[in-house]
Amino acid sequence: MVYFILKRMVQSVFVMLAVAFLAFSLFRFVGDPITQMTGVETSVADQERLREELGLNDPFVSQFMRFTGDMLKGDFGFSYRTRQPVADMIADRIPATLELGVVALIISLVVGVPAGVYTALKPRGVLTQTILMTTLVGVSIPTFVIGIMLIFIFGVQLGWLPTFGRGGTVQIGSWESSLFTIDGWRALLLPAITLGVYQLTLTMRLVRAEMMEVMRSDYIRFAMARGVPMGRLHYKHALANTMVPVITIIGLQFGGVIAFSIVTESVFQWPGMGLLFLESIRFVDIPVMGVYLVVIAFFFVLVNLVVDLLYVAIDPRLRISDVS
Amino acid sequence: MIALLKKYEGLWLFVHSPAAIVAAMVAVLIFLGAVFAPWVALVNPYDLSSFSLFDGLLPPAWQDGSNPKYLLGTDDQGRDMISSILYGARLSLVIGLSALTIAAILGVGLGLAAGYYGGRFDAVVMRIADVQLALPAILTALLIDGIARGILPAAIQQDLRVAVLTLAIALSLWVNFARTARASTFVQMNKEYVQAAIMMGQRPTRVMFVHILPNILGPLLVILTVDLASAILLEATLSFLGIGLPADSPSLGTLIRIGMQFLLSGEWWILWIPTLFLVALVVSINILGDFLRDIFNPRLR
Repeated sequence: MVYFILKRMVQSVFVMLAVAFLAFSLFRFVGDPITQMTGVETSVADQERLREELGLNDPFVSQFMRFTGDMLKGDFGFSYRTRQPVADMIADRIPATLELGVVALIISLVVGVPAGVYTALKPRGVLTQTILMTTLVGVSIPTFVIGIMLIFIFGVQLGWLPTFGRGGTVQIGSWESSLFTIDGWRALLLPAITLGVYQLTLTMRLVRAEMMEVMRSDYIRFAMARGVPMGRLHYKHALANTMVPVITIIGLQFGGVIAFSIVTESVFQWPGMGLLFLESIRFVDIPVMGVYLVVIAFFFVLVNLVVDLLYVAIDPRLRISDVS
Repeated sequence: MIALLKKYEGLWLFVHSPAAIVAAMVAVLIFLGAVFAPWVALVNPYDLSSFSLFDGLLPPAWQDGSNPKYLLGTDDQGRDMISSILYGARLSLVIGLSALTIAAILGVGLGLAAGYYGGRFDAVVMRIADVQLALPAILTALLIDGIARGILPAAIQQDLRVAVLTLAIALSLWVNFARTARASTFVQMNKEYVQAAIMMGQRPTRVMFVHILPNILGPLLVILTVDLASAILLEATLSFLGIGLPADSPSLGTLIRIGMQFLLSGEWWILWIPTLFLVALVVSINILGDFLRDIFNPRLR
């Protein structure tokens, strides 16, 4: 077990190094950092001195080592556009995106899992057919269109919910949260649903497929024959066994949720990392782009580690078999 | 013989699936409209002289104050909505299809080679594919777009937008093809006909493309339809974000972005008609993809 976790941690470090390398190459080879940092009136000699000072003439490998070292210390460099430290810019935006992503994920689970179980248990029902047809259409509608539709219905026509921004926020230390005010929740609702719809359909389809597979297995038939109550059978015996693949996919998808929040944030003008990333692309602000990549990869790796640990909690068999 | 039977069986199933028929009709209709846009469309949205500001903001024909000449109304510039949509769909399809072609050639080639040679080459290709899979397609496409903005000189950037967009979409979609082709090739490699072809001393490229490829086309065809929908969606999303195409050559996504400005005013058609077209196109392609998957995977029926 310890070996397994250690192995995964080493793998994660390598993934992070690869992404850091990508970010560094972006920074180093897309455009010249010196021309970005200096104005037109800077003399060539001054530019050369700056180049030497910043160590841009050093060998590639030592530059990369220094880059990685700085990142570990939390020094992410400066934005070309705003001249502010990138670390601060990203840190300001992280709470908004994380809250949005987590709430979206919770919505997709709370609706997706029961819907998946229901459609698996009653495959011929009218409601099942309706749900399945709706999800097929739901998958085909681009995220931004779902967002526009929600804005139109709940924001413009009914006027119930705000259509942009985060609403009222509360400052907790350095974390600006919108989860503690009614206003904040109202602002959060539409973007979170928009972001959650795709995950929802995915979760539902997955739970449904797994449930149908499990319900056919021998131990379920045996439990049925023995007269285990249906509710207990469905939720304890069957659903518990579908959870391993479901958690894997959801874990893998969380990176997707964070990345897809780019679109949602753009539609709702949600001041998160995605919006920052879009701006940085528009202005070719390479440092911000690179750091965004590294931060996304870090979340991705972190979530996957947690998922691996969850396996052990969910599947008792994994606790014994760590001989390899 | 079996392939032939399968074909007829598929046709039989097609005739008996109303959803697939409707989907195919919608897709073909939009496709034809897009192909023949220059002949069908009332005005050319790229040609400023073919429309007039005086015709601006006319509602669709069934509403009051409309001009029967413009069946689905006009936008604020006086452009006929149908014409804009047909030209937009044309651009969306051109980008989607060319991106898909590049992705398919790249992915199938690498997948076939990975499955055929196995070993270290396979490991390298699949690790790259894993990394790529970890990054969602939209992020990859945005990154490639951003890099292109940084590398290309500003003067030629506008001219190369379509090419950059196509490449960005292609590079974020090749993985599906590579993984499917590789998995199917592995299965075929153990079959006797492949072993016989190798033993007869045929060149690897010939074995791959003449012997193996025709036998793994089924699953690849399914990926092709599903990914066509993804490619169109990706292009629409990028253009909607304002990263894709400039506003003077609008694709469906750009039209929706422009329409967003009319969300709060009464001119609903400028936003919702292009949106409806995009959704109809993608939904019908997805239904066709589902249908094809069922045909090629009888176990799921």
